[in-house]
Parts: sequence; C-alpha cells; structure tokens
Amino acid sequence: MALDRLEVRRAAPSVSGRRRLSHALTHAALIVAVFLVAVPLLFALVKATQPSDQVITPNLLPGGAFFSNLGRVWTEANLGRYMLNSLIVTVAVVVGKTILSVLAALAFVYFRFPLRSLSFALVLFTLMLPTELLIVALFDLVSTRLGWANSYLAIIVPFLASATGTFLFRQHFMNIPTSLADAARIDGCGPLLFLRHVLLPLSLNTIGALAVIQFVYVWDQYLWPLVIMQSDERQVVQVGLRKLIDVGGQTDWGAVMAGAIVTLLPPLLVFTVLQEQFSKGFALGQDK
Amino acid sequence: MTVIPTAPTEAAPAARETTAAPAFRGRLLPWLFLAPTLLVLAVFLYLPAAQTLSLSTYRSNIVLGTRQFVGLSNFAELLSSPAYRQVAGQTLAFVALVVVLGLGLGLGLAWLASRPIRGGRIYRLLLIFPYALSPAVAGTLWLFLFNPEVGAVNQLLGSLFGVRPRWLDDPTLAFGLVTAAAVWKGLGYNVVFYLAALTNLPKEVLEAAEIDGANGWQSFWRVVVPLLSPMTFFLLFTNVVYALFDSFGLVDILTRGGPVEGQAGVTTFLVYQLYEDAFRNFRTGIAAAEAVLMLLLVGVITLLQFRFGSRRVHYGA
Repeated sequence: MALDRLEVRRAAPSVSGRRRLSHALTHAALIVAVFLVAVPLLFALVKATQPSDQVITPNLLPGGAFFSNLGRVWTEANLGRYMLNSLIVTVAVVVGKTILSVLAALAFVYFRFPLRSLSFALVLFTLMLPTELLIVALFDLVSTRLGWANSYLAIIVPFLASATGTFLFRQHFMNIPTSLADAARIDGCGPLLFLRHVLLPLSLNTIGALAVIQFVYVWDQYLWPLVIMQSDERQVVQVGLRKLIDVGGQTDWGAVMAGAIVTLLPPLLVFTVLQEQFSKGFALGQDK
Repeated sequence: MTVIPTAPTEAAPAARETTAAPAFRGRLLPWLFLAPTLLVLAVFLYLPAAQTLSLSTYRSNIVLGTRQFVGLSNFAELLSSPAYRQVAGQTLAFVALVVVLGLGLGLGLAWLASRPIRGGRIYRLLLIFPYALSPAVAGTLWLFLFNPEVGAVNQLLGSLFGVRPRWLDDPTLAFGLVTAAAVWKGLGYNVVFYLAALTNLPKEVLEAAEIDGANGWQSFWRVVVPLLSPMTFFLLFTNVVYALFDSFGLVDILTRGGPVEGQAGVTTFLVYQLYEDAFRNFRTGIAAAEAVLMLLLVGVITLLQFRFGSRRVHYGA
C-alpha cells in the first residue's frame, strides 16, 4: 500500500514533465501554423497602411496611410459603391433564404401531404445543380427573357431557395419533440404561431449557423456577378477587386490591399460574432 | 454552390419521421409554405438545367445569332480534343492535391488545436478565419505576395538566395501557386469541421487508449483517425466540390488560366474553360456540353456521397 503510493508519487513528476514538454511542443507547432496561415493577411494589413513609395519596397513597418489608400479606392475606384451593392444583395439573400427554408422545413416536418417525399427529393437534388454549371442557360433566362441584367434581382432572386437551409432546418425540427407541436395544436395554435413562438426561439443556433454559411457564400460569390452585371453601378465587391488590380499601367498595391482588407471584413465579422452559433448550430453536439 | 453541412448525421432521425403522426392538418397550407422554394428552384435551377441539356446539342453562337442542331457532336468534339483532355487531366490533379493536402493539414491542425492547452480558443479562431475569405480576396493577396518584382516572397528570396522566380509565368510554379492558395483558403473550413468532430469524440475511448498505454501519436492514428472517418468522408466530397467550383475566382485573379503549356493554360480548370468558352469565345453549344459533362461528374460524386454516406459508422449517444 505504502509502496504503491510512493511509486505514484515518484511517477508523477516525470508524467507532468512529459506533459509539459508535449504542451510546449503543441504551442510551438500551433504558433508556427497560425503564423503561416496568417502571413498573407498580415502582409496585406501592413502594406495597406504604407504610403505609395513604401508599398513596393521590402519595408514591413506599418505606416499611417491606410485611410488615404482606402480613400483612393473607395471613391475613385468605386469601392464604396461595390461594398454597398454587396451588402444589399447579401442581406437580401440571407434573410430571404432563411425565411423560405424555414417555411419549407415546416411543411416537410409538420405536415403529411401527397408528393411530400418527391418534393423533398426535388429540393435535395438541386445540390447536384451548381449555379456555375448553369450559367450559360441562366444568363439567357435572366438577361434576355426576364430582362434583369444589371439589376439586383439578377443576383438575388435565383439564390433565394436553399436546399442546404431546408435540409438543415428539417433536421433541426425533427429533433424537437413532437409533443410540443401537439400541445400547440391542442391549444388552438396554427402552424405559423407555433413557428413564431416555439420553433424560432428553439432554432437560434441553427439560424445563426445558416446565416454564417449563407453570408460567406453570397458575399464571396464571383462568377455569376462577373457574368451578369455589366453595369459598374450594380457590381459586387468581389468583382470590383478584380477591377482594382486591372487599372492598366502600374497597380496601386497599397490601395488594392486596403480594398482587399475592407472587402474581407464583413464576412469575417459575421463569422467571428456568430462563431459559437455556427459551431453549435450544426457541427457540435449534433449526435447528442 | 453550397454543400449540406449536416450530412454526417443524416441517418439518425429518419426512423421517427415515418412513425409520427402529422402535427398539423391542411391540404393547401403545406403547399403554400413550399411554393416559394419550389418556384425558385424550378425557374432558376431546373429550367436552366433542362435548357443546358438542350443547348448542348446545338452549335450556336450568341454573337452571330446562329443555331444549328448537331446531336452529340459537341460531346464528340470535346472528348477527342487534346486541349480539353489536358484541362480535364490537370483539373483532376488539382482537385486531388487540394483534397489530400487540405484534409491532411486540416486534421493535423485541428488535432493540435483541440488539445487542452492554454489559449486554445485563440489558436482555433486564428486557424479557421480563412474560411471567411473569398477566393477573390485570396487571389488578390497572393497576387501581390508572389509578384515577381515587388512581391514580398521574391524580395525575401532575392535578398537571401539571389533568385526571383517568375511565379505566374512558369507553368509548374503557377500550378503549384494556385494549388497552394486553394489549400490555404480551404483550410479554415476543414479545421472547423474536424474540430467539431474531435469535440464530439467519445472521451471514454480516448481515456481507455491512454490507460492501455497508447502515446499521443498512437492514439491519434489508431483511435482518432478511424473514429473521424465519417467526417473525413463528408469533407472529401465538400472539398472536391470546393476545388472544382470555388477555384474560379482564385484562378481568374491569379493567373487568368495561364501560363500555356501543351494545348492549354496549366491553371485552366474545367469551370474556367466553361466560362471562357461561354463568355469569351461565345461557343455556347460547346460550353453547354462542357456543363453537361461536369453535371455528370457532380452527379456521380453526389450519388457516391449518398450511397456510402448513409453507411457511415455512428458513434456517441
């Protein structure tokens, strides 16, 4: 007995020593990894703050020219307009997608109707139809037949339905006890009141998760706006970035980096703020 | 394209659905709720998909306004074209590299960041932020970093070793650069999902392994990696889709598909080729046929995901 305890006590320091070493190694590896992942962004951050004569030199000290760099692209290169366009489109699509997919999931989970499985299959099957592959026909439809080229409609309406969202909410609703819906019905509550007072408050994490995915997805869209938006007045900021680089002659890298930083802020902000919901909403604890 | 993030748990609640009675009644109401979604999908996905199919059998030119039915000859032309075959081949190489490197690095970093160490939260946040960056922003940052004259990489290489590679003009370097940028940009996504899966691992199994005397390395390879296989499988497909489609913005800003070697630009991947044929060369029929071929590819990938996805192991409660 006493010997046992002695051995434990003797073993303890070496175990904790090994653990300390392994922790130190983990820290070292993580610091290197974090640094490597961050290098392109750090470089852009520094260069965005330097005045024109320093930007193209190896100088890596931050300067004080961020706002003058930003000012050049914001007004002269139309970045302000592009940002506003992206914001309008992204918010419209995120809100629209959330509403449409909540309603669709409500129908799928709480109703029985003919062709229900077929409808669900039709929604799910659209995952196999990426917009990128349909651009030829979609361009024809949206610009020629609907006449929506150069309007916000062209980059909002086609993206309002979401198989991902419908699927995500359906999964989530199915995990909510049915007794809640039964109780609501017995109390004389219609499906919309049930949605408003029971489902939505229970779905905040799912809504947050979906908002992050959709915000990042819509804000980062590139190919479709590039193709459909000929007018600069309605162009989104991702395609705008391409125009900043393509000014002809010498690229104003300080201004371009300032533009890139500002472009990546909104999705980064949404992601950082909603990161908890993002993780809880669909990744963490889903099997429990 | 968005990808279903919940796929790994799909099988779980299926049983309840068939047995439960409907909570609400109504004939019209469910259709009213579904109508907006179904309408948008029908008009903006199914209709264009059908049209793409029909367009692929025509030789047409938007600019000239010509249109002639040619049957399957667009497909025959594509499949026998050395340039298209080169594009398809390098796309597959690119996808394979992005997937293998992205999953490997993602898992390794998630494993490190999930260990109970001080500041874990900060490490995790700093590792996953590239998720929020767009391919266009990533392309812009890398374009400047690897600019041969004023980029930081060549300024460093130049002062240390006296070399200043032409990153975007050399075929091998350009291909590698686009691949590396795609891996970097996709890393955050993989780390997020691996972290989630790691947090969900049953603690008892890991403790049991530790009691049995497994060291960190052994429990990682023998216990963690097998337990993570459902997530790996899910990420395999999302990464393939990411590499196939989201690479467009990166390629367009970094290399515009070039530099040319052989029959085509080495960073011209299938989606980029589709865009070029549709909106630069105005070969609408050919572009539609390319889209159909890619739809087949995506269809096979998705079917594989559902086929094998539902058989995945389930663990936890």
